[in-house]
Amino acid sequence: MTTPMVKSESVHKRFGGLEVLRGIDLEVQRGEVFCLVGPSGSGKSTFLRCINHLEKVDSGRLSVDGELVGYREVNGRLHELRDRDAAKKRREIGMVFQRFNLFPHMTAMQNIMEAPLRVKGEPAERVRERALALLDRVGLADKAKSYPRQLSGGQQQRVAIARALAMEPKLMLFDEPTSALDPELVGDVLDVMRQLALDGMTMIVVTHEMGFAREVGDSLVFIDGGVVVESGHPRDVLSKPQHERTKAFLSKVL
Amino acid sequence: MTESQPIKAVPVRHPGRWVATAVILVLVAMFFNMAATNANFSWDVVWENLFNSQILKGVWATIWITIVAMIVGVALGVIFAVMRLSPNPVLSNVAMAYIWFFRGTPVLVQLIFWFNLAALVPMLSIGIPFGPTFASWDTNDVITPFMAALLGLGLNEGAYMAEIARAGIQSVDEGQSEASSALGMSRAQTMRRIVLPQAMRVIIPPTGNEVISMLKTTSLVSVVALPELLYNTQQIYARTYQTIPLLIVASIWYLILTSVLTIGQFYVERHFGRGSSSHVRQTFLQRWRRNMFKFHQPPPPPSATLLDPNSGVR
Repeated sequence: MTTPMVKSESVHKRFGGLEVLRGIDLEVQRGEVFCLVGPSGSGKSTFLRCINHLEKVDSGRLSVDGELVGYREVNGRLHELRDRDAAKKRREIGMVFQRFNLFPHMTAMQNIMEAPLRVKGEPAERVRERALALLDRVGLADKAKSYPRQLSGGQQQRVAIARALAMEPKLMLFDEPTSALDPELVGDVLDVMRQLALDGMTMIVVTHEMGFAREVGDSLVFIDGGVVVESGHPRDVLSKPQHERTKAFLSKVL
Repeated sequence: MTESQPIKAVPVRHPGRWVATAVILVLVAMFFNMAATNANFSWDVVWENLFNSQILKGVWATIWITIVAMIVGVALGVIFAVMRLSPNPVLSNVAMAYIWFFRGTPVLVQLIFWFNLAALVPMLSIGIPFGPTFASWDTNDVITPFMAALLGLGLNEGAYMAEIARAGIQSVDEGQSEASSALGMSRAQTMRRIVLPQAMRVIIPPTGNEVISMLKTTSLVSVVALPELLYNTQQIYARTYQTIPLLIVASIWYLILTSVLTIGQFYVERHFGRGSSSHVRQTFLQRWRRNMFKFHQPPPPPSATLLDPNSGVR
């Protein structure tokens, strides 16, 4: 059996007195589109941020591709990772944010090329070619020289996806990628994500787009109050929720 | 569809403005009368000395100290701002102590202190701490008036610039450093490539004020006998006893320099505000024309805030 891409065992996280994650258990398989849904404040975004160590896990075990996140295990003892080593691991995980977070002082092209050039130190010519190909893939080949503020929200988010893909990650994290978009711009972003799923990328998607989850998702978990309430195939969970809280939530969003 | 007609109405009268104008005109006339008739101004002496070679050398020295002290100040400021925001408690406390000390003591005191450093440490040497020394110098040879000025003004300016740079760095959305961390960039790369370039928009305007303020503060350096504009002016009137006319000469040069800097600051700010502000600010000439010839028009809307939170997102 191959190791799962992400394995979470009883992951806890607290901010001060507030316990946001109270024991998350789940597995994300390779090539899977894994959807996290739940009410706001349920901890789903926090969990996503734990996966690439933007937040530190307090207890439990969280591993990506068989390796612990944020720690190194030597002779049964955990050692915190140095910033440099944590950064190295983040290269392999792409992240797309709700508010895009493109670098406003750089063009779309520069946004995409920055990390491969500075972090991986790849030759400029190769990075340029790949960046152009990625822009083409997200349907923005003509926007290479545009600055973020000259682009619509949907275009910015597609550039952000291309920027994450430029690092050739093995896992992509999407934190409510369409929540900040005007409704008519959502479709273009979802199309890009759908294509990415077809290409076999492992994706973890925090979303309120139940249509997308049902159509593209391979697994879905419903998180509330920092625990996994229900999980299964999106079609089953969305149409035949077993748990009361899931039913109550779905009746509001569907 | 009917064509709308421009409204023709009697504009509101502003009698208060005319009264204020009249009062001010009388005061200005009194001032000019005094300046023209009071022989103690000695305008001929002012004119004779305005381009005196000693004065021009002083002007040059003033410009030079301003530039070098600002470079030292900006460099120290950025370093201490980054240290202050560092998660390392040692670094951040050292930065806080530095800012506390150099903002808390008068720059004049600091200047005199540096100039008299030899009284505290007669020799300066390089070597292994508590071990052998490799080379040493007489402090009085190292601390020339120029070095004392540079240390006093530069270190003091560094403390103020640190606070300005910190405000700029903190103004950058946290999502920016998060996005660059998520791409695997190190803290240093994030700071240099992502945060500082964006912080510049907030850092530049107050830095302009600091340059102008520094230009005038250089006059304090006259106490350590550095031949800048004020010192050279004093040298001349110590000989000729024409104190007031020579101080007017110095003031004219300070005004010329600060005016040039003010105009430069305006264009630099306009450049960095590009795209973030909803309309381009008018130049002095444009504003002057509007104010002079359109007395009844309301003032223009205040220029959009520099930090429009929506500027990045449509």
